[in-house]
Amino acid sequence: MSKIKYILGLFDDPDQMMHGIDKLQENKIGIYDVYTPMPIHGIDDKLGIKRSRLGFVAFCCGITGTATALGLMYFTMSYDWPMNIGGKPNFAVANFIPITFELTVLFCALGMVAAFFYATHLFPGRAPRVMELRASDDRFVIAIDASTVTDSTQVDSLLKEAGAVEIKHNDRKYISYE
Amino acid sequence: MGAHHHSYNFSEQFSFGGKAKTISLIGIVLGVLAIAYGFLTGHAERTFLNLLLMSYYFTCVCAAGLFFCAIQFVAQAGWSASLLRVPQAFSKVLPFASVVLVIVVAAGLFSHNLYGSWNHAPGEGAGHHFSDSKAFYLSPLFFIGRLILFLGAYSIFGLLLSKLSVNEDVHGGLKSYEKSIKYSTIFLVIFGFTTPLWAFDTIMSLEAHWFSTMFGWYNFAAMWVSGMAAISIVVILLTKAGHMPWIKDSHIHNLGLFVFAFSIFWTYIWFAQFLLIYYANIPEETVYFFKRWEGFYLPLFWINLIINFLSPVLILMSRDAKRKTNILLSVCILLLFGHWLDYYMMIMPGTIGDAAGFGIVEIGTILGFAGLFTFAVLSSLSKAPLAPKNHPFLEESLNHQI
Repeated sequence: MSKIKYILGLFDDPDQMMHGIDKLQENKIGIYDVYTPMPIHGIDDKLGIKRSRLGFVAFCCGITGTATALGLMYFTMSYDWPMNIGGKPNFAVANFIPITFELTVLFCALGMVAAFFYATHLFPGRAPRVMELRASDDRFVIAIDASTVTDSTQVDSLLKEAGAVEIKHNDRKYISYE
Repeated sequence: MGAHHHSYNFSEQFSFGGKAKTISLIGIVLGVLAIAYGFLTGHAERTFLNLLLMSYYFTCVCAAGLFFCAIQFVAQAGWSASLLRVPQAFSKVLPFASVVLVIVVAAGLFSHNLYGSWNHAPGEGAGHHFSDSKAFYLSPLFFIGRLILFLGAYSIFGLLLSKLSVNEDVHGGLKSYEKSIKYSTIFLVIFGFTTPLWAFDTIMSLEAHWFSTMFGWYNFAAMWVSGMAAISIVVILLTKAGHMPWIKDSHIHNLGLFVFAFSIFWTYIWFAQFLLIYYANIPEETVYFFKRWEGFYLPLFWINLIINFLSPVLILMSRDAKRKTNILLSVCILLLFGHWLDYYMMIMPGTIGDAAGFGIVEIGTILGFAGLFTFAVLSSLSKAPLAPKNHPFLEESLNHQI
């Protein structure tokens, strides 16, 4: 029992889990994270999680795509090797808009995939980090960092009272699939 | 998340009176005066074109309300259930708006003030260059008949859906909801196939020698954006006046998403039409943009794109902007003006060209129809409670959160 790293409370009902979060917060016990098989409305606000910066990342990737497309087309079509195509100006902005649009979307999409892999540590061939396997199936899991807790029995009883069906004391942060 | 406790009064009814009523009536009176001024000072064609613009705009916004309701039913959407009475009020006004549009078009046709490119007054019709089939398609009676048929069909569905919603209030149960889904599906099929024709007839045939297959969807996009903007404005103003306390920032956010997304859709269609004509560079087609690219119209050409594309994209891009009612309200009002300008750019350059302007007639018809729209929509809104209390997704809508 001396080397507990994380205390996990497993719930089979999201309402009871939300109640469990309230109970823990009332007793000033810090919650490391919560894992649920489906999105739960209002949980971000309750846990005080900041809004995702994904939108900002998407915008930056998109603008990079816009600049790349316009820059490349300016360089090739107007600067390096200007050609007369249909009597249009060399830098015919209207003609370039579809490609600009496509590259914006492409850079945005690829950038978002990269950002997703970066944020979740999911790379092809890498074993995913999971604290509790059933959190992606039928269990709603509250994880508490044991090093921040002075009295782990109090945490256990609070979780039990809230309706946890199982409580785990893990001596490793992640379990692997193997 | 368990039981939700709320104490909303769903049978609350909007009462139309006071300042809103006075202002809308003043608008109507000013409109009538401006129209009379237009006719008496010998600007019959210009006045008719403005009447056509505003009555088409009015009908389009009402049709967009009906389209919104139908989409919500077919998608079995939950979020919108608690604000459905607002677009429903629009759709109840659709029959009236249709009558106004048909009267304007018929009067314009038979007094030879509208559709001069194919509707010649007796004795001056020497310059026809249409094929027989096109000449038949653009014969006044067939033209009016089509308009009545399309608008009549939409109006029937508008009345049907609002009647089902009233039945639902009285009897409860799922029967009305299931029927609404069925009729909405039929309506959407009819609407989808006939709106392009409606736009081709009413607006594109003003310049009957020019045509664009994108024009129908271009008009549909304009209709849908301006309809969403009008719905958002009415919902926001109602909540500001203390009605519908169940409308939260998430509902406003969803309306903002529609306005934002379909402004981009409008631009996409606008640009698709422009690019094809620009790229192909065929004189028969480029004449349309040539007329809009000189003199008085050139700045308007750019202002149209700035108001209807750049301003919603830049202002409404962030999540917070869509959730702040004042920002969304200002963008929606701007967009309503923007799409007036969009219709103006469709109608004026190809008809009266340089003789167009922005004066008493334009401002007067805008005020008149704005007053008429406000008066008609708010009085139909006041006839039913502000929430469909037996709507199966009402609870979901009350707890809507994004």
